Amino acid sequence: MIEIRDLTKVYLMGEEEVSALAGVSLSIERGEYVAVIGPSGSGKSTLMNILGGLDRPTSGTYQFEGEDVGGFSDDELAEFRRRRIGFVFQSFQLLPRLTALQNVELPMIYAGLDRAERKARAAELLDRVGLGSRMGHRPTQLSGGQQQRVAIARSLANRPDLLLADEPTGALDTSTGEDVLKLFEELNRDGLTLAIVTHDPDVAEQSRRQVAFRDGLIVADKLNGVRA
Amino acid sequence: MRFHELIRFAVGAIVAHPLRSALTSLGVVIGVAAVVMMTAIGLGAQQRVTASISGLGSNLIVVMPNFQRGPVSQGAGFGLSLRDGDAEAIAKQVENVEAVAPDVNTRAQLAADGANWNTRIDGVTPDYLVARDLEIDKGRMFDEREARQGRKVAVVGATVARELWGDSDPIGRRVRVRTVPFEVIGVLKTKGQSGFGQDQDDVMLAPLAAVRSRLTGRRFRGDAVQTIYVKAADADSLDRVQEDVTNLLRERHKIRQGEDDDFATQNMASILQTMQQAVATFTVFLAAVAAVSLVVGGVGIMNIMLVSVTERTREIGLRMAIGAKRRDVLIQFALESVALSMVGGLIGLTIGVLGALAVAKLAGWPAAVPPWAAPLALGFSMVVGLVFGAYPSWRAARLDPIDALRRE
Repeated sequence: MIEIRDLTKVYLMGEEEVSALAGVSLSIERGEYVAVIGPSGSGKSTLMNILGGLDRPTSGTYQFEGEDVGGFSDDELAEFRRRRIGFVFQSFQLLPRLTALQNVELPMIYAGLDRAERKARAAELLDRVGLGSRMGHRPTQLSGGQQQRVAIARSLANRPDLLLADEPTGALDTSTGEDVLKLFEELNRDGLTLAIVTHDPDVAEQSRRQVAFRDGLIVADKLNGVRA
Repeated sequence: MRFHELIRFAVGAIVAHPLRSALTSLGVVIGVAAVVMMTAIGLGAQQRVTASISGLGSNLIVVMPNFQRGPVSQGAGFGLSLRDGDAEAIAKQVENVEAVAPDVNTRAQLAADGANWNTRIDGVTPDYLVARDLEIDKGRMFDEREARQGRKVAVVGATVARELWGDSDPIGRRVRVRTVPFEVIGVLKTKGQSGFGQDQDDVMLAPLAAVRSRLTGRRFRGDAVQTIYVKAADADSLDRVQEDVTNLLRERHKIRQGEDDDFATQNMASILQTMQQAVATFTVFLAAVAAVSLVVGGVGIMNIMLVSVTERTREIGLRMAIGAKRRDVLIQFALESVALSMVGGLIGLTIGVLGALAVAKLAGWPAAVPPWAAPLALGFSMVVGLVFGAYPSWRAARLDPIDALRRE
């Protein structure tokens, strides 16, 4: 599904050029569950931003189902994010003045779904993440774990091909973090392709494949043992 | 992305901060209210000027002595260049003239039945009513014969009648003007205030000959008159009549070519035009000053929109991450600014109209809120919202989603 070749990303920090990705090649197949690990500054977040269509590579190619995402315009990238990608962030990124249901509806508004369709699907997704009884609550009325589950429901709204999660358990305590990981596990079992950025080895252990970054390069790429 | 969803986003953001939104709109409220009020007051004044000048008599030419001509005052009667004969000549020789009315006037104290009142007294002929568009309310006007004989009869204005006799009928009563007794034979129909704040009903008419011989003393000795009112048959002939009167009087006064007239003619239509222009200029000036406050209101909107974009950087980043195009973000914020401004415009319009009506009522002016005030006010506030929302919206749309999401 994803083919990247010799990807580089160079940032200009003042006068100095900083290389966040120094020539990365990677393929991810449909249905995979990949954890991207590495210390901060290793380039893993930059890779996720490029995979998600939030950023463009300096050089190299990024193909998503045969499409050259690296060469997309701003509008094409927006459309790519809307149709193909679901984002889950460390800090949830829910809009505080909207209810859980309205937050989940938001991506579908940009997709042009009509109101009834949107509401029905948002309610269904909240049910699926176990928040069927919290639809009318605002983010401040929900616990961290519940907020992250609302965010996951939102990421699924437009039936993405790839779910990208950036430190999804980073702001959660261990047990709620495990709940979220269990949810990812279920989603992957249902066929969703997942890529999670984390620096927590325990989280990485839950995935099927671990890709380790250091200094903008992949230093290890291994499959986790098949679990019972 | 559907447009009405963007409108809902904008309205949602406005409703989320009611107090801030209200204060932001306030500048536009004040601006629009001021523009509407100033325009309405200006137009009211214009209508009033028109009404009062027309009230002096339509198609009217006023002929007066030209006091500027002589070097210094040279005693009684000086400068009164007009004579009865001039009026008669105009009536006989100038075409398209409906009425010619010579006038001498003075101010005097009236006394009747224990009451006193100081008023303006016009010595006139019966044609005066025609020339000045006056009508009799009660009783009658004096006739040609009474005018010629200088009978001591009087037709009083409504104010004079009220001040001297209250509600009782003044017809047949006696009124002493200084020491001379006059008999009241008629009351004029009320005309109200003129545009210059004069009470046009505060007047007494009496035969020219009687006023000249009994009241004005030596000033109007012989056959001198102060003013001649000439009413043209219609508006089209006004200029022609004015020219003919001027030529005739120059001839009669033996004024050689190149010499200044010893009289002046004023055409009420041209006075009206001048006054209207002056008031219109004034109105535009007032509205322009008011429009400055509209600009200040726009700057207020821009300020708050910039704050809002900064505050909602993460929201913008998120919207972009879930698929909003830059254009969607731009339109969302522009709509927010336009909505703030137009709500302000709507409230300002209401306040402006009510204010104009209140001012009109207090000042006794005709209320003149023009029908185009509503579309104009809303159009203006929309433009203000667009212009001053453009930069903040552009800032929002050009944010980098990664930086925006990372912002605290």
